[in-house]
Amino acid sequence: MIFSHDVVIVGAGGSGLMAALYAKEGGADVAVISKLHPLRSHTGAAQGGIGAALGNEEEDHWLWHAFDTVKGSDYLGDQDAIEIMCQDAPRTIIELEHYGVPFSRNKEGKIAQRRFGGHTRNFGEAPVRRACHAADRTGHAILHTLYDQCVKNQVRFYDEFQALDLIMTPEGVCCGVVAYELLTGEIHVFHAKMVCLATGGYGRVYKTTSNAHASTGDGMAIVLRSGLPLEDMEFVQFHPTGLYRLGILVTEGARGEGGILLNDKGERFMERYAPTVKDLAPRDLVSQCIYKEIREGRGINGKDYVYLDLRHVGREVIETKLPEIATFCRTYLGIDPVKEPIPVAPTCHYAMGGIPTNYDGQVERAGRGSIVPGLYAVGECACVSVHGANRLGTNSLVDLVVFGRRAGIHMAETLRKEGRKKEPLPDNPDRRVREMLEDILGRTRGEPVAVVRSDLQQTMMDNVSVFRNEETLTTALDDLKQIRERAKRVVVRDKSKRFNTELMDAVELGFLVDLSEVITRSALNRTESRGAHSREDYPKRDDENWLKHTLIYREGEDSYRFDYKPVTITRFQPKERKY
Amino acid sequence: MKVKVKIKRFNPETDAEPHWETYEVDADPMDSALSLLLHIKWHIDGSLTFRKSCGHGICGSDAMKINGENRLACSVLVKDLVKGEGDTITFEPLPTAPVIKDLVIDQSRFFEKYRAVKPWLITRTPPPERERLQSPEEFALIEDATKCIMCGACTHACPSTWADPEYLGPAALLKAYRYTFDSRDEGADERLPVVDSREGLWKCYTIFNCNEACPKEIDISRWLSALKRRAVMEVAAR
Ligand SMILES: Cc1cc2nc3c(=O)[nH]c(=O)nc-3n(C[C@H](O)[C@H](O)[C@H](O)COP(=O)(O)OP(=O)(O)OC[C@H]3O[C@@H](n4cnc5c(N)ncnc54)[C@H](O)[C@@H]3O)c2cc1C
Ligand code: SF4
Ligand code: FES
Repeated sequence: MIFSHDVVIVGAGGSGLMAALYAKEGGADVAVISKLHPLRSHTGAAQGGIGAALGNEEEDHWLWHAFDTVKGSDYLGDQDAIEIMCQDAPRTIIELEHYGVPFSRNKEGKIAQRRFGGHTRNFGEAPVRRACHAADRTGHAILHTLYDQCVKNQVRFYDEFQALDLIMTPEGVCCGVVAYELLTGEIHVFHAKMVCLATGGYGRVYKTTSNAHASTGDGMAIVLRSGLPLEDMEFVQFHPTGLYRLGILVTEGARGEGGILLNDKGERFMERYAPTVKDLAPRDLVSQCIYKEIREGRGINGKDYVYLDLRHVGREVIETKLPEIATFCRTYLGIDPVKEPIPVAPTCHYAMGGIPTNYDGQVERAGRGSIVPGLYAVGECACVSVHGANRLGTNSLVDLVVFGRRAGIHMAETLRKEGRKKEPLPDNPDRRVREMLEDILGRTRGEPVAVVRSDLQQTMMDNVSVFRNEETLTTALDDLKQIRERAKRVVVRDKSKRFNTELMDAVELGFLVDLSEVITRSALNRTESRGAHSREDYPKRDDENWLKHTLIYREGEDSYRFDYKPVTITRFQPKERKY
Repeated sequence: MKVKVKIKRFNPETDAEPHWETYEVDADPMDSALSLLLHIKWHIDGSLTFRKSCGHGICGSDAMKINGENRLACSVLVKDLVKGEGDTITFEPLPTAPVIKDLVIDQSRFFEKYRAVKPWLITRTPPPERERLQSPEEFALIEDATKCIMCGACTHACPSTWADPEYLGPAALLKAYRYTFDSRDEGADERLPVVDSREGLWKCYTIFNCNEACPKEIDISRWLSALKRRAVMEVAAR
C-alpha cells in the first residue's frame, strides 16, 4: 500500500514522540511508524535523570551546564548547539511538566534534582544538583506522558511497522520511507513531504550492553546505505556500572545519591584518578579507570568487575530514590544492595556519533549548511553534535526533548511557510527492500542469525570497546570481513508472512554489520585519544590534528571515504581535562 | 540444569488449532524465562515468536502466561519456576486476547480501552511560568500508579475481563486513577463519567487477581477503590 502524510516520523521513543507532538501541534499531518509499540521504546529504560539548570535545589546556570557539557565532550561538542541545548533545557522541562510528566518533587513542591557525573557548579568547582528525575524511572515517566499527549492530539501511529529504506528522488530529496508491516508481512510505501528518523542507538553491536534488543541502529545504517555520511562513529560510550555479566544498567544516579566504587582491596579508587569529583567523574574516565583496576589485578577476586557500594546510602534512600535498581539487584543477582555491594563492569550504553544534523534536526550531506531536503533526524540516532567524544549522564534525554521539539516545530513551520508539495515517488521505490527480503527468505542452507550475530558482538567487545589500538582494530576489521560474508548467507527458518520476527532479525544483523564496520574504521582512522575513544597507541589528545568531526561515507561494498568538519567553538577554548 | 520448556504454539496462517511443543534446554537457575525463549529461537527453532525488547522489566513487551500465571518473561528466573532437574516450564499467550502467533497477542482492544479513559492531563487554568507545584505528599498519591508499564498482565488476569470483553479492565482504570488523582489535573468531570459506567469501575469486584499479576507490584485494587469512592462523591456532589 501507499500511505501519504505530510510528516512521517520513524521511531517513537522520546525524540520521535517529541517531534511528533510539536509538529502536530504546529498543524502538520503527522504519522509515526515504529517497529515496537511506542511504549516499548528504549527511552522507557532511562533511569537517572534529565539535566536542566532549573536551580530548584541550589544555584545553577545554563552556562555552567554548557561548560560541563563541552568539557565532558572532551571539546569535540559543537558549542553553538550545546548553548542552545542548555538554554532550551529549563523551558523544555517545564513544558514536559505542564504536559503531565510525574517528576519527583522536593519539599517546596518543585521538580526534585540530584547530582550526576560531570555536572558541576561554577565551571568545575563541585558537583551540582541538576538532574530532574522521576525516581529512577525518568525515561519511563517521560515516554508514557509523551505518548499520552500524542494520543490526545490524534497523532497517527503505525505500530510494529519497521522502516527498511529511505525513498530519495534523483535530485537527492527525501520523499518517504519503505516499511515492513510485521503483522501481515506486507511492504508499504510512506509518501511524505518530510521524514524524520528517530530510531535510537545501536548498543546491540556489542556483547555486553544496557540497550534493548531493538537497539540495532536501523536509522543510521539506512542513511549510510543511502550514500549519506555518519559522523563521529568512533565515539561509543561504555557506562561504568552495568550489572556484572548482564550489562543491565545501574544509573549514575546511584553514585549521585552517594554510592562509591571499590576495588578488591576495598579502596575507593576514583579518589586517585579524579580527586575533585571522584566517583562522579564522567563516564569515559570512570570506565577507563575500572578497566585499569581490573588489568592491574585489582578487580574483585582478580576477576573482571568491581563493586558499587550503596550500603552507607541507607535503606530509605535506596527504596525511595533507586527502587528499580534495588529490584534489578534482587531479581537478577539475588543480592540486596542495602546489605551487599553490587558487582559491576562497563557496559555499552550510548552512541555519541550518528546522522549529522544541524540544530533544527535537518540532516547534513557534507558539512555545515549542506542540507538533505526533506530529511530530519533526532535523538540518539542523530549527531548534532552536543555530546562530542563523551556524553554526560542526563544529557541524552535533554537532547531528545530539546532537539525533538525543535525539529517538530521546524517541520511544521516550514510546511506552513513554504506550503511545500510532495515530490513524486520514483519508480519502484520499494525494489531494494523487496529484493533484500526475497533473497533472505529464498535461502535454504546456512547459519542461523544468532550465531553470526554473537560472533560479531564478541569481536566488537574484545577489540573495539573501552580501549583500542591499531592491532585490535585491524583484527576486528579482519573478523568483520568474514562476518559480513557469513551474514549474507544466514538462513531463517520462519518463512511465514505473519509476524516474522526472525526475518527482521536477519535484516537487523545486516545493519549491525554495517555499523560495526564504520565504528571500527573511524576508530582506526582517528590517531589520538579523546573522550570515549581511547587509543593505547596514541594516548594523548591531539588538538592540532584532530579537533574535528569525522564523517564517513560508504561508497561501495568495501570502500569508504572520510571527510571532516570543524568543531564549532564559541566560548570555551580547549583545555586539558581534569576532574 | 536441564529443563523442559513447553510452549503453546499457533500460527493462524498455517495451523487450524494451537498445539504444544516441548524443547529440552540447558539452563542456569539464574537465567530469566525470556532467555530460555531466546535460546530456543536463536538455536533450535527460529520460528518461535514472542515480543521482547528491554530484557529487564521496563518495556512491557513480554507479558505471557508462565506456569499458569501472567508474568513478564524477562523478570522471572528459572530457579523460581522449577523445583529440580528435568522439570517443565509452560508458556502460553496471555488469555482472552486473540493470538497473532505463538506468544504474541493482539493488544488493540487493550489500547482502545486505555484511549477511552482520556489518559492525559486535563487542565483548564493556564500554566504558570514555572512548574505547577505538587507536594511530595500529592505526588505520593500517584507515584505507585505511574509505575505501570502497560504490559496487560493485570487486565488479562481479571475474571471480569474474561466474563465481559467490554470491561475497561484494571490497566485502563488505573490510568484513569493516575490522572484523576494527579493534583494538577482538572478533568475529573470529563473522565469520571467514562469510568463510572457499566463497563467501568463497577465491574471491578476487588478480586485482587490484578495485584497478583502485576510485575511492578502496583497496588491496583487499592487505587481502583479510591477511584470508586471519588466517583460516588462526584455524583453525590452533582
Ligand atoms: C538503561 C538506560 C538508561 C539510560 N538512562 C538515561 C538517563 O538517565 N538520562 C539520559 O539522559 N539518558 C539515559 N539513557 C540514554 C537514553 O535513554 C537514550 O539515549 C534515549 O532514550 C534514546 O531515545 P531515542 O528517542 O533516540 O530512541 P529510542 O527510545 O531508543 O527509540 C527508538 C525508536 O525507534 C523505533 N525504531 C527503531 N528502528 C526502527 C525501524 N527500522 N523502523 C521503525 N521504527 C524503528 C523503535 O521502535 C523505537 O520506538 C539511558 C539509556 C539506557 C539504555
Ligand atoms: S498495572 Fe501492572 S500488570 Fe497492569 S498493565 Fe500496568 S504494569 Fe502491567
Ligand atoms: S522485555 Fe521489556 S519488559 Fe520484558
